[in-house]
Formats: sequence, structure tokens, C-alpha cells
Amino acid sequence: MSITADTTVIGGIAAKFRTCPATGLQVDLAAERLIKANAVAAIVFLAIGGLFGLLVALTRWPAVHLLSSDMFYLVLTAHGLDVLLVWIIFFEMAVLYFASAIILNCRLAAPRIGWLGFALMLVGALLTNVTVLQGDASVMFTSYVPMQAPPNFYLGLILFAVGALLGCFIFLGTLVIAKEEKTYEGSIPLVTFGALTACIIAVFTIASGAIILIPTWLWSLGYISHIDTVMYKLVWWAMGHSSQQINMAAQVAIWYAIPAMLLGAKPLSEKVSRSAFLMYILFLQLASAHHMLVEPGISSEWKVFNTSYAIYLAVLGSMIHGMSIPGAIEAAQRRNGFTNGVFEWLRRAPWGNPAFAGMFLSLVLFGFLGGISGVVLGTEQINIMLHNTLYVPGHFHATVVAGTTLAFMAITYLLVPLIFQREIIWPRLAKWQPYLFGLGAAGISLFMMGAGTLGVSRRHWDITFSDAALSFDYPPAAFLMLGLNGLSGILAAIGGGLFVVIIVASVLFGKKVDASNVVAALGPTPQKQMSDTVSTYGSAGTFHLPGTYILVSIFFTAFVLYYFVNWKYLSELWQLG
Amino acid sequence: MAKAKSETTTAAEQPQRIPAMQRLLDNHFLLLFIGVVVPTVLYLLWGVMELSQIPIAE
Ligand code: HEM
Repeated sequence: MSITADTTVIGGIAAKFRTCPATGLQVDLAAERLIKANAVAAIVFLAIGGLFGLLVALTRWPAVHLLSSDMFYLVLTAHGLDVLLVWIIFFEMAVLYFASAIILNCRLAAPRIGWLGFALMLVGALLTNVTVLQGDASVMFTSYVPMQAPPNFYLGLILFAVGALLGCFIFLGTLVIAKEEKTYEGSIPLVTFGALTACIIAVFTIASGAIILIPTWLWSLGYISHIDTVMYKLVWWAMGHSSQQINMAAQVAIWYAIPAMLLGAKPLSEKVSRSAFLMYILFLQLASAHHMLVEPGISSEWKVFNTSYAIYLAVLGSMIHGMSIPGAIEAAQRRNGFTNGVFEWLRRAPWGNPAFAGMFLSLVLFGFLGGISGVVLGTEQINIMLHNTLYVPGHFHATVVAGTTLAFMAITYLLVPLIFQREIIWPRLAKWQPYLFGLGAAGISLFMMGAGTLGVSRRHWDITFSDAALSFDYPPAAFLMLGLNGLSGILAAIGGGLFVVIIVASVLFGKKVDASNVVAALGPTPQKQMSDTVSTYGSAGTFHLPGTYILVSIFFTAFVLYYFVNWKYLSELWQLG
Repeated sequence: MAKAKSETTTAAEQPQRIPAMQRLLDNHFLLLFIGVVVPTVLYLLWGVMELSQIPIAE
């Protein structure tokens, strides 16, 4: 193998590096090991949490109604925890280390602390899982007081959060090292800037988590007598929703990274894209407020400012990325020679490459399903129709499953050859995996939103109310929606299971990657080489993007129509006269 | 190697004044500071103030 490890002393500290055969970048072996450990832990929890998701979907399908009510709430709690927190945040740690040490071509700050963080996260995740599986902690991952779980439920979450915070500090430390040691000049590359945005949001998220979870832990131990329910909800969501904004920033960074690596795509304007990330840093975290929209006791000024005026500035940031990323792909494809007509660049994109296909599907599904429904839910007046219905999980499965999870799956297809140095073992199967998972995820999002629009509650074991004193009849369409949701859940579970099996088998049994096969191992690419654009600062320098303008116009039309359809629904809720 | 291709300057040119926005975006710890302070003030503190003004039930 052509890969050798050299010890290099930088700033008086020795670190072992190998040279990446694809990019020529120096890869710090300590960073590489941490990326591997975090990615593996993430995927294990995705497998467990995804299975729980399938069980939940099959229970909500009235014709199947798989689990008993006790088990349903237990499994739903474990599902939310394992996928939303554990899978995503472990993977984000891998992204932070990749976007700092690897992309900036420098050594990772304090890898030992990185291992301490990893251990804390692992112990925390296991502790919370065991506590939930023991059966006394079916409080949902939101654990609203006055519902009380055993102390270890909260302790596990606190340990997990402290571990993640250590990872954030290492990321920031690595930026300082890279600057000191001049491994880059001027500004950091856009992908690293996106990761920085994620890290900043993570610091706020974890600090808010500490403010609320430590007292709640003490309350469950009996040291504190009372926690105010609304105050809990307010502070908990500063953690609970901001953690979704970490995902947002990390996934946008990945949307930029994959076309940069495979096609040599550069952002249309690096300055504008960085300003869009600044919008996230300033405003995205305020979206937490839409969880409080129906709480009495908080003024409309607070609600409307946080969920509308300020958040639209963050949405503007997303719109900029939403145009800049397809634009970057179009510019790169046109530069690579696909100039015929308006859409040759799109038709001839590497759709057989799971990294590209996953990334593009994630972008489209996130934008159309997750983004638009998020703005609808965040509007105080329309929210009242949909609050706490299945529309809410429908929306966030579009964002965190079809969006973030698919984006993370996509980049894994590049991490396996570049970091694990293995070929993907079944490339044909891998080619189909993002489509299967994307279709399933789009299905669960759409059908849960459909059921929610018909009024079906979230977190509800039995919509037939078979043993309830007071019954209620949902329209038959609601039953249809839940059946289709179950079928889509099966599809998503097959797609997700396939991902786990392909990646685990590739890491264990894949052919070793070296200079001779590294480019082929990345999957089909038009350039037949790996681009180093991801680690550079610079813009595409063209705005001749007719295809992107058409795609963006379609998006805006869908957005405006759907937004106003919901206002129409609202106007029909209470018939006047 | 992470390379820097500034959009406005080349190595041969005289060093130029770095625009304020670029200086802000390159100051990672200042970004961290504002990224924590803005939601703390607008969401948390403002929200806590509103909740703490709700009168306690008799
Ligand atoms: C096989 C894939 C998946 C299926 C079939 C699935 C299905 C479901 C269903 C049916 C619900 C219940 C909604 C309710 O009754 O209120 C749910 C809840 C949830 N899901 Fe998934 N899901 C999947 C993957 C994921 C992933 C990958 C994530 C996160 C990245 C996720 C995050 C959540 C969260 C946070 C909840 C809410 C839990 C709660 O209300 O406490 N799901 N899921």
C-alpha cells in the first residue's frame, strides 16, 4: 500500500500523518481514528433507532397495530432518543473532526480529550437507553415535567452532552492550530465554515441543555421539589430545537462538500454563502419558539418576533444555500462540458453515485417537504391547526430523515474510501440505496403530514379509541394515510438497513484502497479524479445558470401555493354566519 | 493543502484593507460569542422574563 504514516512535528507537538492518495492532503491519524469511532457508533445507533421507528410506524398503522400501548410509548421514546440525538450527534462529531483536521490539513487539537468525549457520549447513550428499555422512563425524548424518569435517564443525557461539548472545543482548538500553523491562508473553506456554524449552534444548544437537564436530574433525585412546566418547556426547546439547527448547518456543509469533491463545484459566491451561514448563527436558533406557539402566558410579540421576523432571516439563509448549491453543481457541470440545453448538466450528473444521488435527493426533499412545511408550522396563525398533530413528525421526518440522515448517509459513501480506506463492497446495491431510503423517508413525511392535516394526533397509540369512554371518528382518509405511512416506513427501513449492511460489510470486508483504486472507489464521477476544491476558498465566478433559475422558480411557486392553501384551510376552520 | 484563493487580492498586489464583513466572518470566536448571546437574549431571557411575570394562582 502506498500509504505511509510520517511523524511530523508541528508547533513542538508530534502528530502522525499519512498522505491521502486521492487529494494529497495530510491526514492526521489521530483525527482519522476519532472519525472512524464516532461514525461507527453513529451507524450502530441508527440501526437500533431505525428499527424502533419501524415498530412505531407499524403500530400507528391501525390494521397492524403491532405493539401494546406500554411498549409503544417505550419504543417511541427510544426511537426519538437514538436517532435524533445519538445517531445524529455522533455523526456530527465525525463531521466536525473531518471539516477541521482533514480539510484544513492539520493536526487535531487534543485527541485524548476527543476520546474522553467519545467515551462520555457512549456511556451516556447506553445509560439512557438501558434506563428507557427498563420501562420506567417512557417520557418521550422531550421528557416534559411533571412526567418523571429515573435519574439515570437525565444523567445519561448530561454525560452525552458533555462529551459532545468536548468535541466542539476540539473543533475550535483545531481551527486555532490551523491558523497558527498556517495550514490555510485567508479565510477557512466554506465547508469548514458550515461546520463552524454547526459548532457554534451546538455550544448554545448544550449550554441550554445543561441549564434545564441538571435541575431536572436533581429533581428526579429528590433534591429539588418543583420545576415549572412552562419554564421547562421554554428552556428545553432551546436545546431540543437548536440541536436540529446543528443538523441543518452540518447538512448544508455536506451539500457543499459532496459536489465539491466529486465535480469540483465551487459556491456561486463564497462571500454570499458565508453570509447565509451568518444568518444561521444569528437567527436559526430562535426557531425553538415555535414549540411555544400555543402556550398561554407568553406574548404574541415574543412568539411572532422569534418565529417570524427573525426566523425568516434564517430562512433567507436557507434560500441562498438552496440556490447556491444547485447553481454550483450547474456551473461545475457546464465547465465539465455538459452545456447542451437547459438541463443537460442535471441529466448527466452522476446519478449512479450514491454520494451524489443521496446529497441531491436530500437537498430536494428537505427543501420541498421539510422547508416549506417548517415555515407553515412556524406561522402562529396556521400553527394552531397543526400543533401536536402527526403533521409535526411529518415535517421533521422530512428535515431530519429525508434531509439530514440522507445527507449523512451520502457523505459516508465518501468517508469509507477516504477515511476507512475501503472500497464499497456492493456498488450496485449502494447505487439504489439512497433512492429506496429517500422514497421511504419522503413517504413517511408526506403521509404523516397528510394524517396530521386531517387532525390525527402525534404520539397516539390508537386512533380508533377502542377502549376509551368518549370516542371520536376520524375520516377514513386518515386510516389510509396511516397505512401508507406504514408501507413507507417498511421501505425506509429496508433502505436504512441496506445502508447499515453495506457500510459495515465494506468497512470489515471491502478491498483496501490505495493510489491505484482510490478514484474508482469514490463511485462514478464525470471528472475521473477527486477535486481538492473542498479545501479551498473561492467562487464559481459565473451566473449563467438557466437550469437553476427554473428549479428555483418551481420551488418558489410550490412554496407560495402551499403556504396560501393553509391560510385557506384556516379560514374554513370556523364557519362564520 | 488547504489553499486560499482570495477573490479580491492576489499575492502580487499590495495588501488591501480587509472588508469589515470578512473580518467578522474570519473572527471565529466573535461569531461564537454572538451566536450564543443573540438567542440567549431574544429567546431565553425575554421568554423567561415573560413567564416570570405570570401571576401565581391564589
Ligand atoms: C425507518 C425509518 C423511520 C420510520 C419508519 C419512522 C417513523 C416514525 C413514526 C411513525 C413516529 C411516530 C409519530 C408519532 O406517533 O407521534 C416517529 C417519531 C419520531 N421519529 Fe421517526 N422514523 C424513522 C426514522 C427516523 C430518523 C432517522 C429520525 C431522526 C433522525 C427520526 C426521528 C423521530 C423523532 C424525533 C420522533 C418523535 C418521537 C416523539 O414524539 O417523542 N425518525 N418516527
